[in-house]
Amino acid sequence: MNRLLDIRNLGVVFGGLSAMNDLNFHVDEGEIVSVIGPNGAGKTTFFNTITGLVHPTSGDILFEGSSIVGLDPSAITALGIARTFQNVRLFANMTVLENVMVSQHCRTKQGAFGALLNTKAFRQEEQEIRERAHEVLSFFGSRLIGYRLDQPAYVLSYANRRRLEIARAMGTQPRLLLLDEPVAGMNPKETEELTKLIGRLRSEWGFTIVIIEHDMNVVRDVSDRVVVLDHGETIAQGSFDEVSSDPQVIEAYLGRPVEKK
Amino acid sequence: MSTIDTAHSMAAPTAATWSPSIKRLAQTAALCGLGLVFISLIGMPVKLNSRALIEPILSRGYASLAWVPVMFGYVVTKQVVLEGMVAQKRGASDVAEGAIVGAGGGLLLGILGILIDNFDLRDPLLNWSPQLLEFITFGNGLGFGVMIWVVIGGLSGAAGAGLHLLPATIRRFIMVIVVAVVGISFLETAATDLLQGLRLEFVSDGIYSKTSGLTIKGSVITGAIAAVALYGSQQLQQRRLTRLSQAPPAASGFTPGAAILNSFGDARSRLKVGLGILALILLPMVLGGIMNELLANVGLFLLLALGLNIVVGLAGILDLGYVAFFAVGGYTAAVLTSPNSPWLTPELPWFVAIFIVVVVAAIVGLLIGAPVIRMRGDYLAIVTLGFGEIIRLLFLSDWLSPMFGGAQGITNIPGVQVAGLANVKGTDPRAVFYLVMAFCAFAIYVSWRLEGSRLGRAWMAIREDESVAEAMGINTVNAKLMAFVTGAILASLSGAIFAAKVGSIFPSSFEILVSVIILVIVIVGGMGRIAGVMVGAAVLIGVLGGPSQPGLLQELAEYKLLIYGALLVWMMLKRPEGLLPNVRRSRELHGDELTQDAWIKSQVAAQDEIDSDGAGSEVPS
Repeated sequence: MNRLLDIRNLGVVFGGLSAMNDLNFHVDEGEIVSVIGPNGAGKTTFFNTITGLVHPTSGDILFEGSSIVGLDPSAITALGIARTFQNVRLFANMTVLENVMVSQHCRTKQGAFGALLNTKAFRQEEQEIRERAHEVLSFFGSRLIGYRLDQPAYVLSYANRRRLEIARAMGTQPRLLLLDEPVAGMNPKETEELTKLIGRLRSEWGFTIVIIEHDMNVVRDVSDRVVVLDHGETIAQGSFDEVSSDPQVIEAYLGRPVEKK
Repeated sequence: MSTIDTAHSMAAPTAATWSPSIKRLAQTAALCGLGLVFISLIGMPVKLNSRALIEPILSRGYASLAWVPVMFGYVVTKQVVLEGMVAQKRGASDVAEGAIVGAGGGLLLGILGILIDNFDLRDPLLNWSPQLLEFITFGNGLGFGVMIWVVIGGLSGAAGAGLHLLPATIRRFIMVIVVAVVGISFLETAATDLLQGLRLEFVSDGIYSKTSGLTIKGSVITGAIAAVALYGSQQLQQRRLTRLSQAPPAASGFTPGAAILNSFGDARSRLKVGLGILALILLPMVLGGIMNELLANVGLFLLLALGLNIVVGLAGILDLGYVAFFAVGGYTAAVLTSPNSPWLTPELPWFVAIFIVVVVAAIVGLLIGAPVIRMRGDYLAIVTLGFGEIIRLLFLSDWLSPMFGGAQGITNIPGVQVAGLANVKGTDPRAVFYLVMAFCAFAIYVSWRLEGSRLGRAWMAIREDESVAEAMGINTVNAKLMAFVTGAILASLSGAIFAAKVGSIFPSSFEILVSVIILVIVIVGGMGRIAGVMVGAAVLIGVLGGPSQPGLLQELAEYKLLIYGALLVWMMLKRPEGLLPNVRRSRELHGDELTQDAWIKSQVAAQDEIDSDGAGSEVPS
């Protein structure tokens, strides 16, 4: 299998606090990998480091074989890594459609002059951006289309905001999609629906996916492989069943057992 | 009733007994009194008193005070009715409360009269004068003065509170009539000028008195016309709404209602824009020099504000030193065109020079922008503030005076030669206005095209959340620099026209106040909205006046900054989105709702078939 993302001996230090510590991690092309771990384990920092929002203090991150350490977040997105945010961070005053249109920025190139002169190339590109945005939004059924296209993102329900976060990330046309707690705050029905969609993201859109999730049902249903982080280190990895019975993982979640059942 | 009082009495809605909070009444009365005293001491009433609002019965001086108790009377009896709660019955008690507040305020003003009579505080307080005393006492002695102000205050407060007793429609009519009468009276100069241009002198002779202000007959006519206009517009709107709601919903997607609305709306707005442009082209022909000068100033500031709107409104970069680019444009044009320029004297024609101005402004924009743009929020604001001042001080400095003339500036700037047509300069404000308008049209076109483009969307994303925009693949540094440079270019165009219009250029024209006023235009009008910026420029520069340019309300020129400040505070509290609320999608609220309702109906039906276990739980009801 072809290694899409390869992280070697990654370390991140904030002040004196070590958030990531000698972390090794890889994702193969076409895999769905879940990253789990207790609160404060460094999961979101892990995503922030990959996407360039946080710069690592040591180690290397290879995407398709070349290092992306030190690149601007926008450059990393342009290479093909997109993410969603745990605390939904949509462009609240832009419409649903615009949120997905704007995320195609790095795949398009018309500048000010094209817009001012309304050139043919400009109109054609606008048309393509619009069509692709429609296509991406249609992936979520009727949730985000129809009259909602022109609604500002802030009027959406919580679950729809989460969906739009994913749609926006899809708009960047990534190869690797990083989902940060995509079902947090959703009801069981919505969770089930989104779990199915995550599978389709791979089968229909061809994304390789890394997902941070607390909902173990989702983790079990979607992942090929589960990686457990604690204190910025990998403490276990393997299939869901292997990981869920690992004593170190249980300890990280529940604390050291005083007495065994 | 205060909010708290209302909340209390909600528990027992039957308790109709009059239980005003003494403390609250006293507080409001004191505030009302302070307002009256403040306005008196800044000298507004005495200064305005020489002219009438409505010829024999109300002078502008007394009008400048009378609105205060009316407003406080209205405010003190305002209720906040929570949804699902029963509103309290309005009645005589409301009027009584308003009267108490107003009378209390009037009493304080009377006390000010007594104090003026007994102490001399003229040294710190310029307007602590016998004229003010005379104004307060109506020249009839102190006892009469105090009494009459208690009565005036009480009546005005009662009137303000009494507004609550009227149905909303009638209240609206009263508001519109009052605004129309006061407005038409204050705009006497402009209206006379306009009517003269239209050869309708008989109208102005008919409604204005020979000395100043409207006559009684004139105010009745004005009020009646305003009322009819309001009634007409209400009827029109009503008819439109019925037509919309009667359109049958279609099976899916868009409804005919929406289609009618869209085509209707488009045709309407196109017609409106067309009429607006036509009016702007014809208007200067019928206006006199002063009014054209005023319009030209509005245009210059509109051009500046449109540029700043791209920087602040679209890209969210709070630039407090925007005047720097205005200065750069002005000085570059001056150097290139004036024969008196101390450094280079290429004496280029203005239309050639303007291209160089644009290039220079873009370079300066890049030079200032490159270091500044990496900062965010407050830091960026402070740094741009600094750069704005640095540019002005450079033009003022001895070091650069061999190039830009220091405090002497550059004089003898020729006008704009329009091939074989005219020489546009300050002595011909009409031509200046046409020139400015052409450039404003250009700026509006640029703003409009960019807003809907890939770049504009990137700017909006940066304004919303810069880190996320970066994470979504937008090179924020480049995009922000583009916004900064675009803004700089538009400001420099305005500067170049300014130089040609005034004919000379000095560093003192580029004080920090100019930056602030441009920013206020953008904020008051509505950030990020072209129409909002136009309204902002018209209201602030046209009505109140620019930093050194007179507006329509010339009498209030002294209090311009005070009014700016008050307006800004009020806007931030009550209407932070600006005078023109969200017109970004230029869709009317009601049309939107109706479209949505119809859409939901069709979707709910479809949804029920596909998915009978109620997955459509979040379809709004």
